Amino acid sequence: MDYQEFLDSIDKEAYHEGEWRWEEDGYTVTRTYHYSPPGCHTSCGILLYTKDGKVEKIEGDPLDPCTNGKLCIRCLNLVESINSPDRLKYPMRRAGERGENKWERISWDEAYDEIEEKVRSIWETNGGNAIICVHGTGRNINWQVPFFGQAALKTPNISTFGFTGFACYMPRVCGAVAPFGDFPVVDASEGHPARYANPEWNPPEVLVVWGNEPLASNADGFVGHWLVPCVQMGTRIISIDPRLTWWGARADYWLQIRPGTDAALACAWLNVILEEDLYDHEFVDLWCMGLDKLKESVKDMTPEWAAPICDLDADDIRNSARLYASAKPGAIQWGLAFDQQLSAMSLCLAGCDLMAICGNIDVPGGNILLHNAFEINAGYATGEHFTPEEWRIKKLNNNFALSIDGGDFVAHASSDGLLQAIEEGFPYPIKMMWIQSSNTLSCPGMDAARLYEAMQKIPFIVNADPYMTPTSVALADIVLPVAMSAERNSARTWWTPARAMVKVADFYEAKSDEQIIVELGKRLNPEVFNQWDSDIDWLDWYLREGSGSAFATSEAADNAGIKSSGSTLFKHTWKELVEDPAMCGHAYDEFNASYNKAAKGLYRPDGSVGYGTPSGRLELTPMLYTYWGLSDTPFHVEPPEGPISTPELMETYPLILTCGGRSFEFFHSEHRQLPTMRELHPEPLVLVNPKTAEKYGVKDGQWIWIENDHGRFKQKVKLSPRVNEKTIHAEHGWWFPESKAEAPYLFGTFESNPNNCTKAFVTGQGGVGSAIKSMICKIYPVEPGDKMPYEQIAETGNFPWYKKVNSPRQDEIDRFHKAMDAGMEYEVFSNELFDPANNERFDLKTGARLAE
Amino acid sequence: MTKGILINYDYCTGCHSCEVACKKTLGLPEGEFGIKLTEVGPYEYTDKPAPDHWEWTWLPVITKACDLCMGRTTKGKMPSCVQHCQAWCMYYGDVEDLAKKMDGKTRWALLATRE
Ligand code: SF4
Ligand code: SF4
Ligand code: SF4
Repeated sequence: MDYQEFLDSIDKEAYHEGEWRWEEDGYTVTRTYHYSPPGCHTSCGILLYTKDGKVEKIEGDPLDPCTNGKLCIRCLNLVESINSPDRLKYPMRRAGERGENKWERISWDEAYDEIEEKVRSIWETNGGNAIICVHGTGRNINWQVPFFGQAALKTPNISTFGFTGFACYMPRVCGAVAPFGDFPVVDASEGHPARYANPEWNPPEVLVVWGNEPLASNADGFVGHWLVPCVQMGTRIISIDPRLTWWGARADYWLQIRPGTDAALACAWLNVILEEDLYDHEFVDLWCMGLDKLKESVKDMTPEWAAPICDLDADDIRNSARLYASAKPGAIQWGLAFDQQLSAMSLCLAGCDLMAICGNIDVPGGNILLHNAFEINAGYATGEHFTPEEWRIKKLNNNFALSIDGGDFVAHASSDGLLQAIEEGFPYPIKMMWIQSSNTLSCPGMDAARLYEAMQKIPFIVNADPYMTPTSVALADIVLPVAMSAERNSARTWWTPARAMVKVADFYEAKSDEQIIVELGKRLNPEVFNQWDSDIDWLDWYLREGSGSAFATSEAADNAGIKSSGSTLFKHTWKELVEDPAMCGHAYDEFNASYNKAAKGLYRPDGSVGYGTPSGRLELTPMLYTYWGLSDTPFHVEPPEGPISTPELMETYPLILTCGGRSFEFFHSEHRQLPTMRELHPEPLVLVNPKTAEKYGVKDGQWIWIENDHGRFKQKVKLSPRVNEKTIHAEHGWWFPESKAEAPYLFGTFESNPNNCTKAFVTGQGGVGSAIKSMICKIYPVEPGDKMPYEQIAETGNFPWYKKVNSPRQDEIDRFHKAMDAGMEYEVFSNELFDPANNERFDLKTGARLAE
Repeated sequence: MTKGILINYDYCTGCHSCEVACKKTLGLPEGEFGIKLTEVGPYEYTDKPAPDHWEWTWLPVITKACDLCMGRTTKGKMPSCVQHCQAWCMYYGDVEDLAKKMDGKTRWALLATRE
């Protein structure tokens, strides 16, 4: 692939270079960017062809430097998606019981009236903290919904609800902010408008694709296919994955690791590189600190130690470590598996340490530390100062809600903390849930049936979504129709460049996330929201003043040196970003286009040389880890169940169950209602090795049960050597929009859901990380007459053999309930019970009576 | 001059973009394709070491429905499948020019249709 040749070959006139809108063959064509829904975490350049206010065609924009006109099938099939008959057309209020799927159409004003009244009454009776504000994964809700939650609903309890242990991205973000002050991303020259033609850039010599399949997932603002040109230019591959992927099939080393043991491998790599003196001395001397302590901590973690843990060959571990260390540069493409194991924070640290000691940080083709373009950083923490202090301090974080030691470094509330509050009313009850762009029951909601039962206790639930989802049918009291990309004005960073989305069509009464937020925000907190007249006004604010911490708490971000300045470096309006021929929807900034930023003083607010850490160095044993109550050296923790931790359980559940690998057709629980996607991928597929299938009597194409000590779900067998004989891989996010909506079936959301088997309250150090990619299970064919999961859940609330994992504060909760029944009062902050009958006080933690 | 599509299929990721781009361009119903992926593997070679140890080849096949995107190419645009190929492994042009790219270093397939 010759990038310059490609650029030269584009007919610039045919693709209307420098124009954002034109007429062509009876269509109006708009040059813009896509951003989910529906889709993914990235934003590719597109050309939208509209006629009579309807999108009729879409294609990629070859003049867009981000993805050069290439599109995945999720955007190629956009027209089917936005014109889907299944979409929500109007705001609706529940007309029957929850689950009956009976609705009455209401106006937006009626919806807003009812929501406003409920919110205000909760503020009076229970405080804003009694509201939970839920958002899904990356689209234009990343900063918008947290802002809305904190500034309009006035609650600190924002969450991608359902993720025990923040098991998605937060461990990597916080785990990198501590040692690096910033977040490392593989350099496929995405920071520079000249892309692969940037003369300063070279591809990685070795690319480690670790715990993800970037080609299908495009996760975290990174387009997986950016890496394919690197391979074409000679990049060699190490693939670390229990599944064979495109990467593993052409790798120098495919390490088919046992799920959940990546930290052991990472420690062994560190051991090899340090013991064999393969690290980059000059880089470490100049830029790192903590090498001796790190070396000491991994000195016994040899490849021979790791091999039986990881189920790998010791020589492969040693030789692959040598290959990575020898690369100049090497790059590590890390993924979700880092977050979804008990070693999460330790593994993220080990990953960072590997990048740092091999001198691969901030160099061309290595792992570059990106910022959001122009420091347009609005994120999870944005708007937090608009929550009244008395409610803010009741944020249900791990520490406050669950008494887990350590600092509050993730901007979100703890999902388990929220679950506990919903289930037990402890430490205080939950009165309302606002959900925007999350199909909680079908996708993120771990311990699915438990969550379903718990959420039914919440008196008032609003769900804003483009579709009627299982979550809405089961639980919503009001549903609000959300506009999709192409029907809304928006803008984004999440790394670089800054990009704008332009509205070109309407769908019935659907409104954009931004419109809903600004309109409802004006009712709930006019002081803040009246500064904006429209969605576009708000976007202008975002582009020019949208600073704040993207994912970590403001305190954690400040400590790491990424202090919010209150204004961004972007000087244009949203309209200029869209229409200016020099931008046509995107703008690159200088920071992300530069290398060697530490030497140039670009990381530190005062312009001094170094990184954005407290010490200014890359901290191999970070001080912030110590401050957060975490071990500052890496270690491995076994998955809670498995051949090493629970060999006796393996007799009943002999296979390892990993799950969540992505498909090209779907983004999480999206796209299941689209005929083209279902033509290519009609049913949920579980990968089973042919030898395993033979052993357990299951056949290709057969529906099988996948069962653990918690629950079971069914998927269709795909025989494949992509997994080994000990492991199966199941898909996530499945529901069946073509099937019955009413409860208990709920579009079949429980039928194929691996979250029937995942467990709340089982986390790694600091209450972070969850072992959902390394469960154990047995498999057997589905037989006629078998009870389906929805029937089992309808009968007893969960599976007959289900065992609930308690909160770490269960003793206190029991005491709390007893005391409440006895007419006592509870003091949240002192964690004391007060008996008004005799003025006695008790410590809830111990139950002991306190002296006067 | 005969036009064709050249595929550097060593790098094809099986992403289906060519398939769906074509279906949408030609407006094809369920079950019909202008270009359709074929998949061989994955299976192992006992005698080939990494990185060639695994066989897992994707290669799209062109059907009679394909008109090489005449409507697009006459306007200077790329064929839809080529434009959207995420792996940068499809090229469109004169078959003689395309043939010159086949350098023996990776695996290529040159597909030409009836004119
Ligand atoms: S990666 Fe796919 S879904 Fe995401 S913006 Fe690009 S084409 Fe659309
Ligand atoms: S050239 Fe056009 S018609 Fe032919 S396969 Fe590609 S997209 Fe389809
Ligand atoms: S678009 Fe390209 S990479 Fe994707 S399947 Fe087709 S040929 Fe392969």
